[in-house]
Amino acid sequence: MSDRSLQISEAPWAGAEVLRASGLVVDRDSSVALDGAGVTLYAGEIHALMGVNGAGKSTLVAALTGALPVVGGEIRLDGRALGRMTTTQASAAGIASVYQEASLCGNLSVAENIMIGQEARGRFGIDWPETHRVARRTLSRLGLDDLDSTTPVWALPVAERQLVAIARAVVHDPRVLVLDEPTSSLEPHEVERIFSVLAGIRARGAAVLFVSHILEQVFAVSDRVTVLREGRDVGTFETDDIDRAELISVMLGQDLDSLRMLGSGTRPHRQEPEGDPIYRTDKLGLRGAVAPVDIDLYRGEILGFAGLRGSGRTEFANVMTGSLRADTGEARIDGRVVKMRDPAQALRLRLGMVTEDAADDGLVTGLTVRQNIVLARQALRGWADPVGAAEADTLVEELTESLSIPADLIDEPVDRLSTGNRRRVALARILATRPRVLILDDPTRGADVAAKAAIERKIERLAGDGVAIVYISSEMEDVVRLSDRIAIFRDREKIAEVSSGPGLSVDTIVELIADDSHYDM
Amino acid sequence: MNSSKPAGAKGLVAEVVRKQYFWGIIAIVLLLAVNVFKDPSYLAISISPTDGNLVGNLIDILRAAAPVLMIAVGMCLVVATGGIDLSVGSIMVVAGAVSMELLAGSNAPDSLGAAFIAIVVALAISGLLGAVNGVLVSVVGLQPFISTLVVMLAGRGLAKVITGGQNTSAVNEPFRWVANGYAIGIPVVFVLAVLITIAVGMLVRKSALGLMIEAIGMDAKAARLAGLNRRGLLMTAYISSGLLAGVAGIFATASVMTVDVSRTGYQLELDAILAVVIGGTSLAGGKFNITGAAIGAILIATLDKTVVFLGVSSSATPAFKAIVIVALCLLQSERVRALFRQRRIQRPTGTAATKKETVSA
Repeated sequence: MSDRSLQISEAPWAGAEVLRASGLVVDRDSSVALDGAGVTLYAGEIHALMGVNGAGKSTLVAALTGALPVVGGEIRLDGRALGRMTTTQASAAGIASVYQEASLCGNLSVAENIMIGQEARGRFGIDWPETHRVARRTLSRLGLDDLDSTTPVWALPVAERQLVAIARAVVHDPRVLVLDEPTSSLEPHEVERIFSVLAGIRARGAAVLFVSHILEQVFAVSDRVTVLREGRDVGTFETDDIDRAELISVMLGQDLDSLRMLGSGTRPHRQEPEGDPIYRTDKLGLRGAVAPVDIDLYRGEILGFAGLRGSGRTEFANVMTGSLRADTGEARIDGRVVKMRDPAQALRLRLGMVTEDAADDGLVTGLTVRQNIVLARQALRGWADPVGAAEADTLVEELTESLSIPADLIDEPVDRLSTGNRRRVALARILATRPRVLILDDPTRGADVAAKAAIERKIERLAGDGVAIVYISSEMEDVVRLSDRIAIFRDREKIAEVSSGPGLSVDTIVELIADDSHYDM
Repeated sequence: MNSSKPAGAKGLVAEVVRKQYFWGIIAIVLLLAVNVFKDPSYLAISISPTDGNLVGNLIDILRAAAPVLMIAVGMCLVVATGGIDLSVGSIMVVAGAVSMELLAGSNAPDSLGAAFIAIVVALAISGLLGAVNGVLVSVVGLQPFISTLVVMLAGRGLAKVITGGQNTSAVNEPFRWVANGYAIGIPVVFVLAVLITIAVGMLVRKSALGLMIEAIGMDAKAARLAGLNRRGLLMTAYISSGLLAGVAGIFATASVMTVDVSRTGYQLELDAILAVVIGGTSLAGGKFNITGAAIGAILIATLDKTVVFLGVSSSATPAFKAIVIVALCLLQSERVRALFRQRRIQRPTGTAATKKETVSA
């Protein structure tokens, strides 16, 4: 921590080298998660860490912050080699971290969360007034004066919790700030705010390392980017010198031409609704969650739900499957009125849903990929009629193959899988019940390019087979590209429905969402 | 009872050694060894000249293990759902009280019919008490600890009301036979307990019940999203536990043909919980192992008999039990085992001695 004389030059990473990790080897549950990975960080840079799911990004972060023991290689901070360390020792040395799911205590205040474990101490234990002062000072340093330091954290939206987590990490001006996907679940304007905070931290001479798979964000904010593949670093680039396609090809280890095949998969034909709707809602809603909505959903079509997070799109999807119980209106399947009570009943009606956070809490951790996939079909069949081994084998093989889930993961507990793979398992599990209506809430979030392509291809194929699909995503491009029709949500209400087609662009939808005089934001 | 595929006898042995309950087996063997050390003829089993039945200390242990075995199996299912059933001891005494009262008040007290009615009614009421637990946990949404604590307190009270505060006795040969009879020389009560255990094990493992119970025990929310009927599964687990406790109560009272309202089943819930834990089922819920719970129950019975045999004073009995169980839990703990492994690497010669000392401690 001696060398504090930093010059922030035109190219910030020409500043002093702060952290150099090289040849890191980390074993995770008897398999090698990192096999000679490294990264070098300079003072005053924002450095992105990219890679496909399972490339070792989270493991590298854990190794740098002492959360996982390093078997080989070395980490040097300001030229000094760090030995085996705990997370506490790492942060004492100046490597602070913010994890994917901001680990805060919901019932404590903002100030208490920022200062917990690093309270200001007086002669008689904790000096609370000083502790609160330091917390407020930290917030204002980050330009977050508008955050009330006495609010309990549970009352804050996700984005602000993330900011509190960042504030907590920078109380003592760390040399290195490491963030594991700080933005993966946030809306664009929230992401901007986080990035402006990160830029402020960079300006103070710290090195910021952040993990992301959102290309736009990487290009918008980072100075350099290091790509990991199969547990090794395969290249570090200045963000200005590389274009998106090149970066993707480095991540995947494939040449550009074969990649073009992936990205350009627009749907060949738009389905016109025909026959009677398979699922129709008539003023179906839930007070406080979503205003009454009318929807017609036909066989073989993809109905997109567009809208920002909190617009009611997710709430309505949950009402449709009975995860939330509607209190107004009615739902009809094949013309018959049905009362949706819970997911088990939806499943019996052959209505499946992959929830927004399916990768985190939709799968039974502790059970294997195979058991998770079989479980939903088993639930449908009841306990007395077990899915036999042969049937399970065929089912699991078929589904894992069609979603490109690696075969060697089948007997692994799901908690050992990366997010993208867990998301695919969640989808496979629902498909095991052969749904006629499939509701997918942000099924590609957290998935890398390859996983996303696999999921989207599968969705198209399902629609081709006659499944009625509701497709929800924050990525409006995806909604426009995949959907036959799009229902637009805003302020917990469906405000419009448009047919997709060549004339429809993301801008049209954004205009529809924004175009309203009483829409104040 | 697990879905393992042993590759011959060698594979089977290797399989067992890896199980948590392996240490339970070791502990049983060691306790027996201690007893043999005191009295070399401890293990002797002789054939009674009068009726051709097997007699001996081992047979006594098996007989004593039967009630604990029953409640341990029920407890195992409940614990797997992430719950706990503190009421099993009280349900035992209720079942005992009901059956004794029925027999004592029967027109034909010594008939097979009276025994049959006593058993059926006692089991029905036990199942009902289990259902009360189930409703409190799954419908009302109380914590399992509180729900079953309520039934635990209410149950013993109920038993006293049923018998009018008396320790009711009855005479009924068929009922007595359940606990004291012999089938091909082996105590009927143990044969019944083993058959019931195997039946429950087959039921949960050959159907999907086991997987479903594990799923709700591991992650209730995710299991709901997968479409599992959590309420039904919880009801199943608590009712099973109640029924099995009823069976245990019948076993316990039939052996002396008296229900002791303040002592029958007293604190046996703790033995059941210990048996489950020794068997390698985590109290956090999820994966469960009925074979392990059965071995745990036999270990508890062995321990009880050993304490008596060694003449440990009755006031020191709980402490003795505690020491054995703590030692066992330490051996099962991954952390402690990792510590041993490290020591073994550093000092390859000292291994065997270290291990033995701890086991017998």
